[in-house]
Amino acid sequence: MSTTWIVLGATSTIARHFARLVAAKGDGLILAGRDMEELRRSAADGLARGAPLAEAMAFDARDPASFDPLLDRLRAIGGSISVAVFVGSMPSQEDIDADPSLVDGTVTDSFTGPARFLTAVAPILEERGMGTVVGVGSVAGDRGRLGNYVYGASKAGFHAYLSGLRNRLGRSGVHVVTVKPGTVDTAMTWGMDKLPFLAPPEKVAADILRAVERRTDVLYTPFIWWPVMTVIRAIPERIFKKMKI
Amino acid sequence: MRWKSSDYAGWGRVLRASGEVARPERAAAVAQATADTPSPAIGMRRSYGDACLNDGGRVIDMTRLDRVLDFDATTGEIHVEAGAMIGELLATFSPRGWLPPVMPGTGFATVGGGICMDVHGKNHHGAGSLGQHVTEITLMTGDGPRTITPKDDAPLFKATVGGLGQTGPILSARFRLLKAKGDVMVVTERRVQDWDEFLHLLDASDATYSVGWIDATARGLSLGRGILEEAETGGGLVRPAKRGRKVPMDAPGLTLSPPVVRAFNAAYWRRVPASGRTLVKPVDDFFFPLDKIHDWNRLYGKRGFHQFQCVVPLAEADRLRGILEKVANSGLASPLAVLKRTGPGRAGFLSFPMEGYTLAVDFPNRTGAERLIRDLIRMAAEAGGRIYFAKDSVASPEAVRGMYSEQGQWLDEVERIDPGAAFATDLVRRLKLRERT
Repeated sequence: MSTTWIVLGATSTIARHFARLVAAKGDGLILAGRDMEELRRSAADGLARGAPLAEAMAFDARDPASFDPLLDRLRAIGGSISVAVFVGSMPSQEDIDADPSLVDGTVTDSFTGPARFLTAVAPILEERGMGTVVGVGSVAGDRGRLGNYVYGASKAGFHAYLSGLRNRLGRSGVHVVTVKPGTVDTAMTWGMDKLPFLAPPEKVAADILRAVERRTDVLYTPFIWWPVMTVIRAIPERIFKKMKI
Repeated sequence: MRWKSSDYAGWGRVLRASGEVARPERAAAVAQATADTPSPAIGMRRSYGDACLNDGGRVIDMTRLDRVLDFDATTGEIHVEAGAMIGELLATFSPRGWLPPVMPGTGFATVGGGICMDVHGKNHHGAGSLGQHVTEITLMTGDGPRTITPKDDAPLFKATVGGLGQTGPILSARFRLLKAKGDVMVVTERRVQDWDEFLHLLDASDATYSVGWIDATARGLSLGRGILEEAETGGGLVRPAKRGRKVPMDAPGLTLSPPVVRAFNAAYWRRVPASGRTLVKPVDDFFFPLDKIHDWNRLYGKRGFHQFQCVVPLAEADRLRGILEKVANSGLASPLAVLKRTGPGRAGFLSFPMEGYTLAVDFPNRTGAERLIRDLIRMAAEAGGRIYFAKDSVASPEAVRGMYSEQGQWLDEVERIDPGAAFATDLVRRLKLRERT
């Protein structure tokens, strides 16, 4: 059954591939983000690949005023509505250590901004009684690590939020998928050294779509991250605090 | 813009380069990379030699910009970003009855790469080269994007199409897809006994798509034997294409040794019944038969391989026979050899095609291969023909001089657009294409 996807952070590489896959299935697209020119290019791609509707709209996680036009627009769309959240930002831990004000922006982009939007959209989804919410978190949210614990903390908060939202929306037939990708081969990781299990974005996007179709609750993608994170989560804090991973 | 230090190679894996690579994911990032350092753009690196290499310098990998920006379902006109793969366009649009107008032998080639090489396909005799279907190109210049058309910017357009990327990165292009009867191909395969029969059949063929596989190890009376494939688009049911296989490692040297190749070729030739046969194939199986085996270049082992491809005028078919004879007698050929009749269609100053016959043969990178190919290049020049820059990795500046009669006009435009030779690649330097003689 077809739905209309509101994709937040639609210029991200994984979002772009995800939008392309659902467009080919015949789903509609509202692509939201900050770079309107890029969003328009991606919307055109969605239309050419079979989306019955593909629009570009402004969304800024740090500017709640940008949420309202988007909420109005999706209220006006009939039938099934789904939301996919790909927003987030990851300044390096060193930059954050040098400028603690970066903490706020990181938490807003990766957690509170999307959480506020999803909280606003939840009643609409409950009323429709169908659709899916995809929230993209990160394996970094499974444990606070030396290398990026502010980003990890934001994602951990988002994971807990999604878990609660799943608990709530499941009662009205709306499914929530928590996605925990590992490192993905995108502009963000381009040129970084020795990244383990680097995954192509199109594979991650295909995994997300499969999780939507199977109504998976929590998806690790690529799958190797499930055993890896199971082990990392099991390390006692007393040992973990001395480790550098 | 982040630049990543990389080692990379052309498809033949004989020539390699190391340098910094940017891989922009947004159109604005291409502008930024170009402002950082004007650098040649590369795609999927399906050129065999060094057309896609800039050793010691920087390159911009365009493969992440692969969106369809516009598609008109009534006329088939498409506007697409340069990093889109031609096979991906085929997969997306063939179920709706549209085919890219020209498709090279691999679907992994990008639109930008296809334009810079002005690629031809199995329908060249009728449809011409890819560049002839292009109605608009958007180039990234130091001052931002610039859109050119064959009508309003004829010299720059002709220097860009087939122009080896020397007029700057292509951001996007517009062209018209061809209406197809359906999303399958109806293919007729015929066994061909020898060279004379092959030319006769190619000359007489009125099929939209035609290509000859040639047994480049057959000698004497069997010289030039092969299989002629002629095809039309068709509608109807066909089983879905199987998933691709991957070559997991570099093959050992014996894999393509002369006795193995001879035996393989003989069996491959006999696979088609003497009376011929007609079959229905998925479109991608017909257009991109090798793409099903990902990284098939690894079958040639660590040392890689060369491809020789030339085209000679119709009247010089006998000299082309001489070239094939030399290949057959050398015992160096691989099973991959193709013979096709080409039409006059070409869209750029440095476009490869001419009306005549084109022969392409792969050679494992073994002792004697480079020398043989140099001889073949000389023979092609003597026949009034030319070699294909997308394939070459061994020619010298002297050997290609005069093959492209409009090289001077190309150079005029290229020097005007890129006086500092910022877009020069290893190929351009090796063949001294940007030097006046």
